[in-house]
Amino acid sequence: MYGTGLAKGLMLTLRHFVESYIDDLRYGFRKYHHSTDNFGIRQGTQTKGVITVQYPDEKVAVPERFRFVPILIVEDDDHPTRAGKDWCTSCGICAKVCPPQCIWIVRGSDPVTGRPVPDPEAFFIDIDICMNCGYCAEYCPFDAIKMDHDYELASYDRTTHHIHDKERLSKPNSYWRSIAPTRAYEEMLVRGTWEHKDAAKEARRGQSSSSAPSPQPAAQPAASTPRTTPAAESAADASASATAAPPAEGATPWSEDDAKREERRRKALERKARRAAKQG
Amino acid sequence: MDSFAAAPEMPLEFASIDDAIEHLKSSHPYAIKLDERDGYDGIIVDADQLLNIARVIRDDLGFDYLSSATAVDYLGEGDHMEMVYHAYRTSGGGALVFKAQTDRENPTIPSLTSVWRGADFQEREAWDLYGIRFSGHPNLKRILMWEGFHGHPMRKDWREAYYEEDQKPFDSRWPGGHVHRSEEKNVFGKNVSYPQDIDLNRLMDSSESAVYESLGLGVDIERVMDKDGFETNELVVNMGPHHPSTHGVFRMVLTVDGETVTSLEPVMGYLHRNHEKIGERNTYLHNIPFTDRLDYISSMGNNHGYVLAVEQLMSLGRRYNPPTYRCEALRVMMVELSRIVNHLWAIGFWLNDIGAFFTPVLYFIQERERILDFFEAVAGSRMMCNYMRFGGLFGDLPERIKSVTNLTNDRVRDYNTMQFLTEMINERIPRTIDELELLLTQNEIVLERSVDVGVLSADDAINFSAAGPLLRGSGVAYDIRRAEPYSIYPELDFDIAVEDEGDMYARYRVRVQELRESVRILRQILPRLEATRGESIWADGKPGAYAPRVPHGEAYGRVENGKGELGYYIVSAGGRGGSANPWRYHVRAPSFINLTPLGHMSKGHKVADVVGILGSIDIVLGETDR
Repeated sequence: MYGTGLAKGLMLTLRHFVESYIDDLRYGFRKYHHSTDNFGIRQGTQTKGVITVQYPDEKVAVPERFRFVPILIVEDDDHPTRAGKDWCTSCGICAKVCPPQCIWIVRGSDPVTGRPVPDPEAFFIDIDICMNCGYCAEYCPFDAIKMDHDYELASYDRTTHHIHDKERLSKPNSYWRSIAPTRAYEEMLVRGTWEHKDAAKEARRGQSSSSAPSPQPAAQPAASTPRTTPAAESAADASASATAAPPAEGATPWSEDDAKREERRRKALERKARRAAKQG
Repeated sequence: MDSFAAAPEMPLEFASIDDAIEHLKSSHPYAIKLDERDGYDGIIVDADQLLNIARVIRDDLGFDYLSSATAVDYLGEGDHMEMVYHAYRTSGGGALVFKAQTDRENPTIPSLTSVWRGADFQEREAWDLYGIRFSGHPNLKRILMWEGFHGHPMRKDWREAYYEEDQKPFDSRWPGGHVHRSEEKNVFGKNVSYPQDIDLNRLMDSSESAVYESLGLGVDIERVMDKDGFETNELVVNMGPHHPSTHGVFRMVLTVDGETVTSLEPVMGYLHRNHEKIGERNTYLHNIPFTDRLDYISSMGNNHGYVLAVEQLMSLGRRYNPPTYRCEALRVMMVELSRIVNHLWAIGFWLNDIGAFFTPVLYFIQERERILDFFEAVAGSRMMCNYMRFGGLFGDLPERIKSVTNLTNDRVRDYNTMQFLTEMINERIPRTIDELELLLTQNEIVLERSVDVGVLSADDAINFSAAGPLLRGSGVAYDIRRAEPYSIYPELDFDIAVEDEGDMYARYRVRVQELRESVRILRQILPRLEATRGESIWADGKPGAYAPRVPHGEAYGRVENGKGELGYYIVSAGGRGGSANPWRYHVRAPSFINLTPLGHMSKGHKVADVVGILGSIDIVLGETDR
């Protein structure tokens, strides 16, 4: 009969209308239940109604992998040896992988010798150009640049506020660990330590000269419950408080590794000298 | 027992590609030579004979579908221009690639529009961006740039405003990266030139006729007479570029007789940013997030096509690991989810166009939100996913879809990823598709608005190089996932959605069927994900390099995206330039080529139907204008 299709459609809209109230009824016409946080349920796969999140009064928290503009990681102020130090070594990989080329880095140099030092003198990101792709964070070998979760960056003047300098970009390591605990933990597993790679290496060097290395597996402390935030956090603090982070693979003594590296470096220098002699 | 002699002569339409090339070589011995450049494929055709040979390719050899026609500028690599054509059979199989070369100074190539009407827009694009003249083209004028633009921007020696260097990464960024804004240092104008005879005032001319001057409508705007000499109501209607029904900044100029459309001319390029030029400046890796911005409704599919094309090239080299099984399964899952997003979006906005204002589309968007939540948790962004990498992915699925409060008033969610996925795929999405069908399929208004409107016959659809639901809605069962399978599609069980009528309603039904087929694929993916749990997404267990070296050669990677066949034609100069940047990066955009038959389909319908027909093609301007 003509019109039945139409009527069925209208029934469906009516059902949608009713269902949204049935869901409200379950929570006593309060949007969120006071005793249990039902936001996740009402936004999840099982719900039938719709709730609107009243931005900016309330906001949906972004997942850990969410990426907005980058930030630079610096050591926390209470770090025993490296307080306030940049994790960035100004290696320039982030500037190279940046698709719209919005990262500008001035590599630091030793004031006396003029040789480059692993420290950025200046660091700029033009957030108007940044396309939030996350490559810089993904390919940074030192975990020194990360994608922030703070997306409220609007300002009235793009010419003065939208080039973030090092000061604006820098956020403490603890901030990154608080917004993305699981990822920070995964990165720690790859690095083998909660510390910066270089700091850990130095610590190991100091350790191996004084006493035998204690082959304590780094994954041990945080591995208990990596998914739940508080546990991972406390574990993180526990291991970070120990200045000398244990080596990742306790089987290889680090002094031997260093010796190998020194040997390679010497050979490379020799090769370089030979090449220079040939050209000159 | 001479089986060789006894073997029956294979009809030419079914001959293998090599046999087809052999046939062409024997029938046109002087006009054809094999393309023997390192890593290249197909044949080089003498430009004078191109039209004849194209007819043979279409009619005798059965390559009836011209997928892509594009130009390459080989400045410094032979100093010639080259048109590259990829022709396929709608019965399936690989491409017959043929090319025609011409010199750079006065490039002329015969137009193939008389053989494949689908070449129309693509040749106009090649004229616009490369300055190749196509003799015999009925309407050879600029398509993406505006009339009066000086130069042909895709030529290798053309430089854009704010030009810095030929290739990224730019040297100014590191180690002495003292920041400056391009607009401060290199003021607009340095790289901009005008033709000598241009009258800049003309561009300011606000009189009516100038707006339509270059369109060749054959209608005197001021006064229109009908055949008997009476002034009639035939008039020109300009729709867009700012019009809600054009899905973006797209313009249609219609001539209408009464209320009936007599001709339609699409005008595009308002969102043109020369994606392909940017792509040639970029390194291979840089391009992945840029592909997100093409068809921004289904960025996962865009990633996939590009990654497949580059992987094809990389596989020519020695150091290449194909993606692992888990990686392939994840890719297919993401692509199918974005196909669902795409079709829900397409159907919803098509309904907006034909008058069901926003009720259905909001029901579908509600579902899309869950999928985007999932994308956000896995890839880091809702729409600009940037998820796939060469030989791998950005990351595996997280254990939980979880958020952490860090702003005030944050609302926190926490789901188990696999449970969320399973519920979404097994319950929510099928339920939404059922609701969609209940709401629309038998709805009398939808039927009356869409049945027999915007009809495209099967032959026309093929000839116009239509792709995706537009092609399958016309009764051509051509789906690249089956015709030339990639990834793990061969082992998945699904059907090609196809409808014979060729009208708007048929396209709608194709989309609904494809939604169901996608769910069917996703249900097969779930156990595969469970089975490969713990397997690395990278073949050698660690992420790929950030600056992969891609060997010399060409590749055409194509995928069945939501909107149709999305192809990437990539030429790598490999060892020659020693660079990690593509020499040529071309996007065969389904939204762009599917507009070719728009005028044809709209003829004889009402203006209100044109809006619906455009909606039923399903375009996105980010991809059309590139």
